[in-house]
Amino acid sequence: MKRLLPLLVLLLGAVYLASPFFRTPKSDFDLAGFGRIPVVANGRTKPLDSVARNTLLLLQGRQRLVTPEGASLTPNQWLLDVFFRPQLADTYKHFEIVHPGVLDVFGLAPEDGAGNKRFAYLQLVPKLEELDRQAGLAAGVEAPVRTAYQRAVLNLRDHVILYQQLKHSLVMPDGSDFLGDLLRLQDNLGASIEAVRNREAGKPADTQLATFAMEMGSKFLRMEQIGNLLVVPPASASAGSQWEKAGQTLLGTFQHRVVNVHTLTFAGLQHTWKNQQPEQFNTLLSKHRAEWERAHPAILKKTDTETRFNQASIFGRNTITLYVLAFLLAALSWLKWPEALQRSAYYLILLAWVATTAGIITRMWLEGRPPVTNLYSSALFVGWGSVGLCLILERIFRNGIGSVAAGLTGFCTLLIAHHLSLSGDTLEMMRAVLDSNFWLATHVVVITIGYAATYLAGFLAIIYVFRGVFTRSLDKATADSLGRMVYGIICFATLFSLVGTILGGIWADQSWGRFWGWDPKENGALIIVIWNAIVLHARWGGIARTRGIMAMAIFGNIVTSWSWFGTNMLGVGLHSYGFMDQAFVALVAFGASQLALIALAYLPKERWRSVTALK
Amino acid sequence: MRDLWDSFVQFFTSLRVTVVLLALSIILIFAATLDQVNLGIWAVQEKYFRTFFVFWNVKGFPVPVFPGGYFIGGLLLINLVASHVYHFRFAWKKSGILLTHAGLILLLVGELLTGLWQEEYQLRLDQGQTRNYSESFRSNELAVIDATDPDWDQVVAIPEERLQDRGEPVQHERLPFRIAVRAYYPNAAVQSREELGNPSAPPPANRDIGARLAIIPLPITYKPNERNLPAAVIELLGPSNVSLGTWVVSTMIVQPQTFDYAGRTWRLAMRFERAYKPYSLTLLKFSHDRYIGTEIPKNFASKVRLHSEDGSTDREVLIYMNNPLRYDGLTFYQAGFDNNDTTTVLQVVKNPSWILPYLACIMMGLGLVIQFGLHLFAFVAKRRHAA
Repeated sequence: MKRLLPLLVLLLGAVYLASPFFRTPKSDFDLAGFGRIPVVANGRTKPLDSVARNTLLLLQGRQRLVTPEGASLTPNQWLLDVFFRPQLADTYKHFEIVHPGVLDVFGLAPEDGAGNKRFAYLQLVPKLEELDRQAGLAAGVEAPVRTAYQRAVLNLRDHVILYQQLKHSLVMPDGSDFLGDLLRLQDNLGASIEAVRNREAGKPADTQLATFAMEMGSKFLRMEQIGNLLVVPPASASAGSQWEKAGQTLLGTFQHRVVNVHTLTFAGLQHTWKNQQPEQFNTLLSKHRAEWERAHPAILKKTDTETRFNQASIFGRNTITLYVLAFLLAALSWLKWPEALQRSAYYLILLAWVATTAGIITRMWLEGRPPVTNLYSSALFVGWGSVGLCLILERIFRNGIGSVAAGLTGFCTLLIAHHLSLSGDTLEMMRAVLDSNFWLATHVVVITIGYAATYLAGFLAIIYVFRGVFTRSLDKATADSLGRMVYGIICFATLFSLVGTILGGIWADQSWGRFWGWDPKENGALIIVIWNAIVLHARWGGIARTRGIMAMAIFGNIVTSWSWFGTNMLGVGLHSYGFMDQAFVALVAFGASQLALIALAYLPKERWRSVTALK
Repeated sequence: MRDLWDSFVQFFTSLRVTVVLLALSIILIFAATLDQVNLGIWAVQEKYFRTFFVFWNVKGFPVPVFPGGYFIGGLLLINLVASHVYHFRFAWKKSGILLTHAGLILLLVGELLTGLWQEEYQLRLDQGQTRNYSESFRSNELAVIDATDPDWDQVVAIPEERLQDRGEPVQHERLPFRIAVRAYYPNAAVQSREELGNPSAPPPANRDIGARLAIIPLPITYKPNERNLPAAVIELLGPSNVSLGTWVVSTMIVQPQTFDYAGRTWRLAMRFERAYKPYSLTLLKFSHDRYIGTEIPKNFASKVRLHSEDGSTDREVLIYMNNPLRYDGLTFYQAGFDNNDTTTVLQVVKNPSWILPYLACIMMGLGLVIQFGLHLFAFVAKRRHAA
């Protein structure tokens, strides 16, 4: 049993990790096929599936949505309703509002919302003008000095606009029979244009037809002005033609004398979704898909991969659970069945690490970029790097410490990544300043590994303190090996943070003609280097012994967090690309917890439960 | 005496001092980072790093409260050099450490030289415009131009600092008059007195546009994207202190003020300090690409023609993000744009010691790899032995 346990754990873990692929929602509609439709949003081509997921995360902080009737919707079902049944979607509570001041604008109380914080568009409609006015006031204040209320108001205004934009992206959301109208227009296109021209010229005209054509024209114009997704692909790859909004293409109808097939498909999808006709819906989708496969196979290759990547949710709950399980198993191994449990934990970590590796590679392929391009991906990469280091440590020392640290850091970084993903598309386009694959691949990757290693040293030190103070399991041998681990990892961290920092300087010199500019992020990186140097010199000079080194390593967590997140919160300098608001509280709390741990480390040795084991 | 020297040496070569100095430098950098929100990046460098002490203003008196960048950096340098001189014994085992620290010394020296030698200028070009000079970011000058010859200007430029102290009038061999500063404002707006609705107040000057203007002093700005616009009232004095009149000069007055004196035509202008070059740049086209369907900038690029006076260089260059033009010891990089994408702003940087960080980086990286590599090999060998 004990020998088979690790393999069993590995197997169950693998099945669990793959389980999202087998989970398909019960529906007669080809929801997945709808999610695979490519569009352009935020400057990049992506499947509608990503649009649905990212928008939901942005609006309400999670992908799950429950209708007022209690039905649970997948992101694609939600998006279909937003596009095609907006009257229903307007009742869905998907706008998260937590700031009491913003609630006051609408005269709402937390109890009016789902989960005390999510509200429906219909609830907001009466006071949208006031929201716009408040947002206008807030926008007049410079971003770094805005209050929490001002930020919340602006946020909500942006979310409402985004929702409106989505609604106008495929068809006109006014409840009319858009398909019928389009078909009528198509059949009478020549006559309609003629009628409009004649009426303009004051000649006798078919007034009814002219009015109809003018009405359709103004609907198209509205869609063109409000809609945000580019949904009609270029007719041919070479002609220099661009992606267009549905409204834009429809306006061209009068010029090209033909209603574009993509826009007709969307209208057809609306018709069949509104009337709940799954068969016709699916037929339309598969025809549309066939056309795509003929015309743009290269785009489909990317967007289909992204859809599968979304579905796998590699950086989601399942992987997080694996890290937690591995952590528990490895920690348990210090009490019972050391070998079997340590091996099980090691396998789980390995499994999670291989999965995240695959995830990061997929992201790199989708973006055509090195692994770290924004704060979100840096969190993934910090986790990946430190778990990788832990695997090496565990391989060398085989005492479960590596697995515990891996579980801890893997869990924390994925949690951070999850919170960072709430600000929108994580595969965003690079701003011009940062657009250099060479430097992203060298400076950014090296410095991020430096962060990962510094954190790892800190977490190893936390394990030392916890085991020493709260358990009797920290014997001399374990303490020695932990000391060596921390020392080795700090050496590693010094090397990478130093080289990474200097590479950053060289990037600055190459691009801007100056090596060092005392920018907050540069300073943060420098502080990490100096801190690591202090730890090493203190050890070499005998100024700090094991306990001191451990306390200093824990302080390294604060230093690294400051550099990673704190500097971005200042909102100044060339690196302020990752500005965040609420994370500040989390950062302060984390810093305080680390200080408490340092205090714990300096508890007199007699108070440590491992006091006898350490002798 | 010997004892004193020994303890002196012991102090400066001790690791404890190293650690303390490093810790102080962390505090200094951290405080400087926080203060950037208030002061902006330039003022912070002067206040914290390019100084021996950080001063706080206590009731108008500057009180040193913390060692500055030069102080800590200097002591670290001494500490580093002294410990290597006194404890120097070459051994292969130590080669990594030696190399790392040598690289560090180079890096510190390089940063010191950068602080002393680096100059930053700006070059603004409208579409089709040609310029053979760049303008300073922060410094200004009073230009007195002899424009008698239609083909040739003779310029005497007086730096802003000289205007700040209102002592002796400025005298220059090329000028037939002396310049006395009657008032100086480090940052000020100038506005028409009529618009201001206060025509009864006396005009600040009696010649040219100055008679119709009012000067409104403004607080000095530290914001990185704003600059101070100084203004001054100057009086020109002929032989035996005969006044030729008073003028208002300001960087806000773009057009130079012209007058005739001693049979020559003169122009007066307060302007951003200029650095003339033996070559010129012409903006052919500025392009600003965005990602499709968004306002996210994808690329900024300036296509310029580089033409040297001696005719040896005449070529087109594309300057864009992460791809500056390096020419004549200067780096021209794309810094901004203006006027609806028809004006480009290039940053021009001169840094003669730019090579030092590259060398330092190689030395330190290599040194650490050697050092930690040796540790790792020893560790692995020991474990093998034990197993």
